[in-house]
This record gives sequence, structure tokens and C-alpha cells, in this order.
Amino acid sequence: MTTILIILAIVLGTLAILQMMKVYENAARLKGGISALPSDSENKYQSKMMLVFLVGYFAFFAWCYFEYVPYLLPESASEHGVALDNLLAFNFIIITVVFVITHIFLFYFAFKYVFSKDRKAEYFTHSNKLEMLWTTVPAIFLAVIIIFGLKAWLEITDEPAEDALTIELYPKQFDWTARYAGNDTKLGLSNYNMISGTNPLGVITDGSVAQMAAELEAEIASIEEELKTVPQGGLKEEELTETVAKRGRQLEKVKSFSSLDNTGLGNDDLLVKSEFYIPVGKSVNFVFRSRDVIHSAYMPHFRAQMNCVPGMTTNFHFVPTITTAQMKEKTRDADFEYYLLCNKICGAAHYNMKMVIKVVEEDEYNQWIAEQKTFAQTIAPAEDGMAVETTTIVGNEISMIEE
Amino acid sequence: MAQDAAHNDHHHEETFIQKYVFSMDHKMISKQFLITGMIMAVIGMIMSSLFRLQLGWQGESFWILNFFLGDKWAPDGILDPNMYLALVTIHGTIMVFFLLTGGLSGTFANLLIPFQIGARDMASGFINMLSYWFFLASSIVMVGSLFVETGPASGGWTVYPPLSALPQAMPGSGMGMTLWLVSMSLFIVSSLLGGLNYVVTVINLRTKGMTMTRLPLSIWALFVTAVIGVLSFPVLFSCALLLIFDRMFGTSFYLSDIHIAGEVLEQTGGSPILFEHLFWFLGHPEVYIVLLPALGITSEVIATNARKPIFGYRAMIGSILAIAFLSFIVWGHHMFITGMNPFLGAVFTFTTLLIAIPSAVKAFNYITTLWKGNIRFTPAMLFSIAMVSTFISGGVTGIILADSALDINVHDTYFVVAHFHIVMGLSAVMAMFAGVYHWFPKMYGKMMNRKLGYAHFWLTFVCAYGVFFPQHFLGLAGVPRRYYSNSEFPMFDELVSLNEMVSIFAIVGAIAQFVFIFNFFYSIFKGQKSTQNPWGSNTLEWTTPVEPIHGNWPGPLPEVHRWAYDYSKPGKEQDFVPQTVPLEEGELDGGAGH
Repeated sequence: MTTILIILAIVLGTLAILQMMKVYENAARLKGGISALPSDSENKYQSKMMLVFLVGYFAFFAWCYFEYVPYLLPESASEHGVALDNLLAFNFIIITVVFVITHIFLFYFAFKYVFSKDRKAEYFTHSNKLEMLWTTVPAIFLAVIIIFGLKAWLEITDEPAEDALTIELYPKQFDWTARYAGNDTKLGLSNYNMISGTNPLGVITDGSVAQMAAELEAEIASIEEELKTVPQGGLKEEELTETVAKRGRQLEKVKSFSSLDNTGLGNDDLLVKSEFYIPVGKSVNFVFRSRDVIHSAYMPHFRAQMNCVPGMTTNFHFVPTITTAQMKEKTRDADFEYYLLCNKICGAAHYNMKMVIKVVEEDEYNQWIAEQKTFAQTIAPAEDGMAVETTTIVGNEISMIEE
Repeated sequence: MAQDAAHNDHHHEETFIQKYVFSMDHKMISKQFLITGMIMAVIGMIMSSLFRLQLGWQGESFWILNFFLGDKWAPDGILDPNMYLALVTIHGTIMVFFLLTGGLSGTFANLLIPFQIGARDMASGFINMLSYWFFLASSIVMVGSLFVETGPASGGWTVYPPLSALPQAMPGSGMGMTLWLVSMSLFIVSSLLGGLNYVVTVINLRTKGMTMTRLPLSIWALFVTAVIGVLSFPVLFSCALLLIFDRMFGTSFYLSDIHIAGEVLEQTGGSPILFEHLFWFLGHPEVYIVLLPALGITSEVIATNARKPIFGYRAMIGSILAIAFLSFIVWGHHMFITGMNPFLGAVFTFTTLLIAIPSAVKAFNYITTLWKGNIRFTPAMLFSIAMVSTFISGGVTGIILADSALDINVHDTYFVVAHFHIVMGLSAVMAMFAGVYHWFPKMYGKMMNRKLGYAHFWLTFVCAYGVFFPQHFLGLAGVPRRYYSNSEFPMFDELVSLNEMVSIFAIVGAIAQFVFIFNFFYSIFKGQKSTQNPWGSNTLEWTTPVEPIHGNWPGPLPEVHRWAYDYSKPGKEQDFVPQTVPLEEGELDGGAGH
């Protein structure tokens, strides 16, 4: 019903405008036709509107500034972020000056030099002096911007400190897992072939390799069982045979991991979800991988961002300087939290892929770390029923993605 | 000359199909591009209004969402997150490629190149026709992809794999993505056919006296645009082709080490970053494929309506060439945070910031052209002044994004959305409107209604800034782009009112475009008849008859004696001197750099 009414309104509206146009043009025709060129009064009116717009535009700028600047990101909570904020402010001053001056000239000239029959425009084709001026002046400013910018960039992307704390952030559709290196301060090896319900990051340890191999063998066996029941030569048979071959290849890879050195590194790794802690004042080196598609780890309060790309490792390091508790005071917001966001389109739930980051004093950090379960503990066989649990989790993942 | 005469003899009555459908006449093909582009633009604009409804009033129900998207994608009038991503993706694709590449270059290169260089038509009318038909086919496939069951492509207009490569990753990466790739492949063929034709025509078919340094800047811009397109689109083609291979034939150009939907994929050794390199190798020149024609149109309209020579003609040509060259060595600034070697990032920062110099020269030259001009405020002139404003407003924030260090925290936020919509989207759209208002008399022999033009201009210009200017603040608050909703993060709660304001401006601005569409079609049928040279312009298109004819000029081709910008030349009676007027004794040609 509403639809019909709206369509009716649009049709009637168009007809009304058509009629008005007719009346307007007939009246104009009586007056001797409409000139192709704007009349003097039209020119005057539009030229004044140029000034009105200029003032309105600047006023809108100022209003937005005072209205929304209080809600921008609070002061940077990382060491390099403070330098970045200063650089940003410096650049903003330059571009705002350029923006204001050019706009004043643009709209003021448009206002001032409105058409008049009694006047001819200045025949001014070029001026090498002027053109040199506005080639070199921007070049000088840009040189300054480039030098400051690259200095900051090279400092940020420099090697992390020797004693930096290493944390892996591992995204998948649609959540994050953080992994800490544990007592040995080294992250365990990992591989995507090792990913299972109990081993979401595919960490390689002797225990997880054995478990994964057993899981795959069980799956192969059960599919082979099923193969006996399906009709020969059918599509289903082909599909199952292919799956068996695929799992077989995966099994071979998984078995080959047991011959790697350093498979012990992963045992003491800590895996956490939904929130993770970092100690204030200590350099943290984040390393990123991805399970499925490209994600981006964005920590705006720390002025930090890096893409997480399947098939490669990236990293970003910074020194947090303000604890969550301190920031709650500074922002006068008792609910303030630091967040890790996903900032590369990754699917339907991209917009709520998050983790809370807690910046705490070293003591509290150590205490929290001590409470976490190590990887070896999380995969320790819960006696029987293990295989069943795994398949259900994998099943859940599939259904979640299909939703 | 003999050839010209023979050509005229061939001028016979055409059937309806020959004239309006399978036309090989550049003027008709230009109109075909324009109208197809307008239809695509309306679709893209409606999409933006739909997702702005969701962003302005998050999670609320709107019957109009349900009306357009049905129960599947907007159950109870609430937008589905997958459909939100699909709308964003197809909006971007349509606006960048179908409106501002195909629509803009297709319309004005076809209309202006033969007219302004003094040629009877394009070098190859047949290839020109093919170019349009590939464009139409690609538009139809793109629009058709909206109707597949799993929805259209939804991975963003940049379609980064693995998201776009794997149907398991999101529903839009199924059939919708296949159609997207098919459509883009057709589009690239269209662009290449068109581009080659434009380049060949400008090089070979200039009339007597039309040296390269007498060409109007519009032609310089369209010519260089075509060269950029011919050099960069094939790379996008190979990029799309490899993606098709990965999707269909199990290759692993872009895929490696992936575990998705509970399955391990066996593809190894590829890299999604390779896709980004290939994509942006086109993608950044593409920005200038959009922008240069806009700058060309603006140069013409500003000089004509300021009744003043464009300031620094040769510097303008130099800037166009410099921008074109630099556009090929800056693509990495889209990839600062992909983990690329920091040194490489530094190089891309340097080359990117260099582009600011020719861009600044262009902006200052436009402003100087207005200085001591004699400005007539036609709707086209207003849109051109607006274009200079958006070019500056959007351009300056590019300095921040080009700086790899500063890019870290604003990358992929609304700051980027604001930047490229203003500098590329608005500038090109403003210039396209300017072009339509300015050359409408040449296309249809009628005048567009000026009062409606003014109303359209002010509504559009004010709403355009109302939409995009506040988005800088969203970006500085850390709001990522392509978020279906901001309500998951308490840190964005205070920005609700800003989003609402942006949405209101967006919807009012979208409705205002119907003023233009009405004016356009009304004027085609009922508009006042145009005179031969309504704006008092110097360029050759205004020496052709009002009623367009096949071959453009009834007699021999015009001969050119001067540059295109002799406006208000001292000692002349009128305030313009057409290019066909011979130089008087002792008179210097203004463009010759004296």
C-alpha cells in the first residue's frame, strides 16, 4: 500500500513539475526567449553565493572541529604514537593553511570578477615567475614533510628491541587468538595443516603431531568404511576417494613435522581469546599470521596497524606507555578499554571481530600469565571421547560460516 | 579534399537501428555511453542511500530496504550484513569503473576528440562501436550479478583474495564474484578498444594547423588518460585472469597455507600480496584515468566562462604528463601496512608526495585563471569551480595518507573514505556535470534549463561536502571502513549523531540528482533550441552545425590558426577568437610560449 502511494506521489510530482516548467517557459517565451547566457542579476546572485558558500564551508569546518574533536582518539598510549601524533598535527597545520588560503582565493576571485559587459578580462597567458613560485614552494614544504615522515617511518619499522616480548595475534573468520611464547620466550612452530578443534593455531609439538595424526587416521578409516557402503562408480564414491587421498596427503605432511627440530618450543605457549594483557613500558613485538583470509590488526589507541596475510608472517612492535587504569582516569570514562579491531574486510561479521587489550603493571601481568594454561595442558588428552569432541567443534565452525 | 567530398556523398538516410543502436558515429556513441553511465550511476547512488540508512540508524528497520532487497537480504527491513558488504562493493565498482571510467571517458572522449581536433569521426568507427557494446554487455552482467541467489560480489571493490577467491569465505564470493570477474573482463576489453582508438585518433587525425601545442587541454587530458588506460588495464586483466584460474582450476597464484571452513586447502606457494601489487598497478593509474578527464573538462569550462586564457597552458600540459608518469610508480602507497619492506615503503612515500607538486600547479593555475577574469556563472562554471574546490579539499588530505608513518593509523578508516570520495569521486562527478551542462547544446542541439541547473548545483555541492567532510573526523576517531555497524565498540558511541548527519546529507543529495535527470530528459525533448556557439567558445566543435550531421562539418574540414584560449585578447572586438580565425599580421599565437 505504502509502495503504491509513493509511486503515485512520484508520478504526480513529476507531472506537476512538468506543468510548472511549461508555464515558466511560456512566460519566458512571451518576454522574448531565454538567453543561453546567465543574466546580469543571475551572475551577481551566484557570485555572492560564492562568498556565502566560502563562509558556510569554513563555519561547517569549525563546527565539526569543536563538536567532534573531543570524541577523537585519546592521546597515544604508545611511545612511537606520541611522535606520530605530533607529526600529524604538524602536517595538519600545513594542509589547513593551504586549504584555507586557496579556498579564500578561489571563492573570492569568483565573487570579485563577476561578468560585466563593460569590462574585458585580463589577457594573462602565463608567467614563468609565478609558475616557478608555486612549483618550488610546495616542493620545499613537501621535502620537509617527506623528511619528517620517513624519519618516523624508519624508526617505527626498525628491528624490535632484543628483550621485546613476543606475542602472536592470529585471526580467523571471525575472532582473534593471542599466543604468548611462555617461559622459553620463543613461540613454538606452527603449520596450517595442524589446525584442529583443540589446536586452533596449528602449533607443532610432539603431542599435537601425534594427536593430529591419530585424528586424521581415524577420519580416513571412517571414510573408507563409508566407501564400502556407497554404490561403485558413482559421484559419491569419487568424492569420498578424493577426500581420502587429500587427508592422506595431509597426514604425510603432519607426520613429517615430527622430524623437525625444536618441536618442544610450543609446549609452554599460552593461547588466549577475547582479551589479552601486555605490560606497560615494555617493548612488545606482535607477529601476525592468518588462518583464512586477509585481516588487519588495528590497535588505534597505540597508533598501530598491520595486515595479517595467510601464507606469510608480518610484525609490528611498540611500547605501551599508559595502563588501562590510567587511561580510564585520563578519559574520565570508567568503562574505557583498549581494543584490537579487524580493519580489512573479511566477511559478514568483520564489524565485530575484536579483542580487549589490557595494559597493566608488570606484577599484574606476571600474575595473569601464571593463571593461563599452557598449550601442552590444553591438548592433554581428556581420556576418551577426544575424537568425538574434535569433530563436533569442526562441525560447529562449518555451520557458523554457512550462517 | 577529394576524400572529404567522397565522404559527403556517402551521407545517406540511416535506419533507426543504424542511427540509434548500432551506430558508428562518435556523437551517438558518446550519448550511448552517457546514458548507460547515468543509469549505472543511479543504481550506484541508490545503493549508497540504502547502506547509508543502515549506517545512520544502525539496526533500525526501513520498509524501503525491504522494498529494494526483499525478505532475504533485508528481513523486516533490517539490512543483512552480507548484503551491506555487497552494496558497498558494487557501489564502489559501479562508481569507479562504470560511471567515472566508462561513463566519463566514454562520453567526453567520444564527443570531444573528433570535434575538437577537427576530425570527421574516430579513427575506427567500428572499434568505437565495439567499445560501447562491450561496455553495455559488462554493465548488464554487473547489474545481473545483483540477482544471483548468493548475492553479488561482496569483498570490497578491490576484491582482495583469498576472500574473493573462496566461495567458502563469504556467499558473495560464489556466483556473484564469477560474474564480477566476467563483467570486469568485458569492461577492460571495452576500455582498451576505446583507449586505442582515442590515442590513434588524436595522433593521426588532427586537422591542418592543429599542432599538439594548440590542442585544447581537454584533448590533452583525454589523450593522456587513454595512454594510461592502455598501459595499465592489461595488468588488471592478467590480475583478474589469475584470480579466475585460482577460483576455477585450482591454481595457487594468490593462495597459500589456508585453512577455511574446517578444511585445509592444498594450494601453496602463492601470495595474496601479489594480487594487491597487480591490482594497484592498475588501481592507482585508474585514479588518474578518472581525474584527468575531469581536469580537462574543468580547464575548458573555466577558460570559456572566465573569458580568459587558461593560465600556464604549457605548465598544464607538463603537469598532466608528470601526473601520468608518476601515477605508475606510486601504487605501493595502498600497501604500506601489508608488511612490505620498509625501504620500499619509503620509496613509495617519496614518489607519492611528488605528485602533489604537479597537482598544486594545476590548482594554482585554475585559481589564477579566475583572477581578473570576467566570470559568467553558468551551471557548468559553478560545477567547475566546485571541482577545483573538491580537488584541493581532497588533495591536501592525500599528503597525510601518502606519508607511510601517518598512514599506519588512518589506513582503511573513514579518513581514507573521505579523502578519495572528495578528491576523486566528487571532483570527477562535478566535472562530469560541468561537461554535461556545457556540451549539452552540442549533443542535443538544445539548452538545459538554467534555473534547475542552479538548484541542482547548490543542493549537490552542499550535500557532497555534508556527506564527506565529517567523515574525516570518523577516520581520526579510528572508525574502520566497511563496518556494518559501529555499535560493537563503545569507543564509537559518541559518533552516532555524526553518522546520522552524514546519512541525511547523502539521502537529500541523492534525491537532488533527480532534478538533474528531469532537466536532462526534459531538455532533450522540450528544451530551448541552442544557437551554434552559445557560450562564445573558441574550440572547433562550436563551428559545426547545431543539428549534428554525419561527418561533423558540411564542407571541408576547418583549418586551425591559433591556440584554443584567445579569450579577451587585446585589440579584438569580441571577447573570443575562434581557432579557425587566421592570425593577423604580427599577431602572436598565445600558446606558443612567448
